[in-house]
Formats: sequence, C-alpha cells, structure tokens
Amino acid sequence: MVTAQQLVDAILKGDHRAIAKAITHVENNTLEAQKIVSQLYPRTGKAQIIGVTGPGGAGKSTLVEKLIKELRRRGKTVGIVAVDPTSPFSGGAFLGDRIRMQDLSTNEGVFIRSMATRNNPGGLAKATKDAVRILDASGKDVVIVETVGAGQSEVDIIKIAQTVVVVLAPGLGDEIQAIKAGIMEIGDVFVVNKADRENANKAVSDIQAMLELADEKSKWEPAIVKTVAITGEGIDKLWEKIEEHKIYLEKGEASVRQKRIVETELVEAIKQKTAEHIIEALKKNGKLDALVSKILAKEIDPSAAAEKVLTEQIKKQV
Amino acid sequence: MSKKKIRVLVAKPGLDSHDRGAKVVARALRDAGMEVIYTGLRQTPEQIVETVLQEDVDVLGLSILSGAHMTLFPKIIELMEKKGLNDVLVFAGGIIPEEDILPLKKLGVKEIFGPGTPTDTVVNFVKEHVEKSR
Repeated sequence: MVTAQQLVDAILKGDHRAIAKAITHVENNTLEAQKIVSQLYPRTGKAQIIGVTGPGGAGKSTLVEKLIKELRRRGKTVGIVAVDPTSPFSGGAFLGDRIRMQDLSTNEGVFIRSMATRNNPGGLAKATKDAVRILDASGKDVVIVETVGAGQSEVDIIKIAQTVVVVLAPGLGDEIQAIKAGIMEIGDVFVVNKADRENANKAVSDIQAMLELADEKSKWEPAIVKTVAITGEGIDKLWEKIEEHKIYLEKGEASVRQKRIVETELVEAIKQKTAEHIIEALKKNGKLDALVSKILAKEIDPSAAAEKVLTEQIKKQV
Repeated sequence: MSKKKIRVLVAKPGLDSHDRGAKVVARALRDAGMEVIYTGLRQTPEQIVETVLQEDVDVLGLSILSGAHMTLFPKIIELMEKKGLNDVLVFAGGIIPEEDILPLKKLGVKEIFGPGTPTDTVVNFVKEHVEKSR
C-alpha cells in the first residue's frame, strides 16, 4: 500500500500513476484523501483552469481534444477531468469522453481522467474540485474540466473554473431561449461549434441578442467564437479569447472571484462537517430515532425538531 | 463514506472495427453499477495501458475479433507489468480459437468469453474477482 505522503511526493514530480491513484482516493472519499489534498493545497494556484460546458451533442469532447492539441503546440502541459452522468438507477456510468481523445492518451504532457457524477447535482462530481487541485499541484499548466451535458441547473463549474467556455451548436435557437437562465449566464466565452452548418450566424446573433439583455454587471463582454471542432477550425481563435479573458481577470477580477469561490467552499464545508458531526452523535445516542418517533406521532415537526437539536448543541458548547 | 465503485476499461486493440460486443459488455457492466470507460476503436497496446494507468481501473476488458490477439495481448500484458499494473484484472472477449485460450491464460488473461456468453456471466466474473482482490 502506497502511503499518502509517497503519493504527494510523486504527484509533485508530475507522476501520472500517483495522480491517478490520488484521484481515486478523493473519488472514494478515503481517509488518505484529506491528507493528500491538505498537503497539496499550498502548491496549487499555478494552473490556468478552464471549464467547458454546454448541452449534450454540442461537441464539447471534440472541442476539448482540439484545444488540448492547440495547447500542446504551444508547449503547455494539460490535465483534463471529463465528467459524465451516473445512472440514478444502477449507480453505474458509461464514460465515453475519451473516445474523442484517443490519440492523446500516450502524449506525455497530457493526463485525462474520466469521472462519473455519482449523482452529485450541478454538472460535476464531488471529487472534481479536488481532482483539479491534484492536477494543478502536479504542475500541469492548464487544467480543463468538461462538465456533463448541461442546461439550466448545471452551473457548478463557476465554482472551479477561472474561464468558462459554453459550447453551443446551430439549430439550438429555441434551446438558447430555454437555457438562458442557466449556463447562458455563466459563459465568459461562447462557442458556436459546427459552424459549417447553416444557421451558424443565426446562432451567433441569438447569443448576442441574449447577452445584450443581461444585466450590466461585468466589464468583460463575453466573446463569441465560431468553430468547427472536427476540423480544428477556429480553435486558435478560441484560445486567444480564453487568454484575453485571463488577462482581463488578472487586472483585478481574479482575486474577487477567488475570494468568492473560497468563501462559498468554506461555508459549504462547515455546513457539511458540522451536520455530519451532529447527526453522527444523534445516531449514536439514539436521539435521532427518538425525534423521528416524535415527528411520526405529530408531537413535533421536523423543522422544530432540528431547532431543538441546535439549541441543545449550543448549550453543550457553552 | 461512499462505497468504492468498480472501474472498468473496455478496450478495442488492433484494427477491426466491430465494437458491438464491446458495447454490449460495457452496458451490462454499467447496468450492474460499475463505472465503465470505453476507449473507442483501433487502440494500440501503449494507448490502452496508459489509459489503464490514468483511469486507475480495477479491470481491463479486451475485445478483439481480428485474430491478432496472440500479438497484441502479450504486448499489453508486458507493458502493464512494466508499469506495475499487475494488480489489474484482465479478461477478454471476441473470436479467440480454443488452442489460444490456455497460452493466453498462462500469460495472465484471467478469463476469455466467447460469442454467446450471457452478459450475467461476465458481470458475475468481474464482481467476484474484484471483491476477492480488495
């Protein structure tokens, strides 16, 4: 058995086997996982983190493959986390993003990991963020996260990525309408892929029209790029826009975003850990069962029961 | 703590382009609650082994119909040993003549499933062997 420390040392040297093992630890939420992430954390923050999202069938995987090749041409190393959905029925998953990235698996500067959501909502897996940290600490220059086919509620990518690329395709006119409340609000760069098809310009103007309606919150005007991922057309232009966004962020927005992201994560972690702690104790001393019986007997409602738990908890602390 | 999922790579080494069998097996494993990664067609041994490593799978399923198994399988096993991936369970399916089965098993291919194998047989085989090794 390899220890957490050995994995950390090897990850910092960029060892792919160690990266793979560590990602399995965070996916399975093992005891070692926390140690690994804590030790790597001070070494994170160097990689440029890009999120790629959009509805299923828009061409995300193919686009990512071409983007990786563009980055390799520019001498950058790349880590990829490609997320696909877990079946809510069987708990299994078919992870097929690699099919589009076949010839990259032996490229030394590229590490690709397929990840199932394991029923985590938001378009990512619980472990995605830590997987990104592992790749970041391992020295990859760019880390790309490909979300599941996304629509209105799969917007968690903004909690991870510095630049969010939303990939759409022509013929999604009505869909653009339908998803304007979701992923259309989080794009820093929009891609109209399959731009060799008719209606590509219509898609661009649909996006433009929608963006014009958005609130004037940010000084960054989301860019719209036309690509044909299958031939690689427009990929260089896409990278230029991602770089422009990075430069924009570095002028000040980055630290604001980062602070917001860290704060959200801390709040969520506190909620989760305190809740787990309290619930575990209630299970052990039988109070949880007792409260359930009282609720069933209509002596108390669930919300009031929770309130009671909290009051007792605070008393204990004092 | 979430339960440890079984991760399987289903790979198609060599040049044949028939992946119906591979997809049927992939789907059966998925429906049995496993996370199945599919490589797509025409993979070299190097690509397959590097994918096994990056995806940190418990199981590698090889599907082959081209007849090149006696060349490609030994290469894959050799590369896996070189990278220290000996703990990964390897099984195969496709068109593999009777006389090749024993040599392949000696090499380290744990089981070989011919045409007509019920998918349950494959699922149970994978479950049993992974649970044993954990």
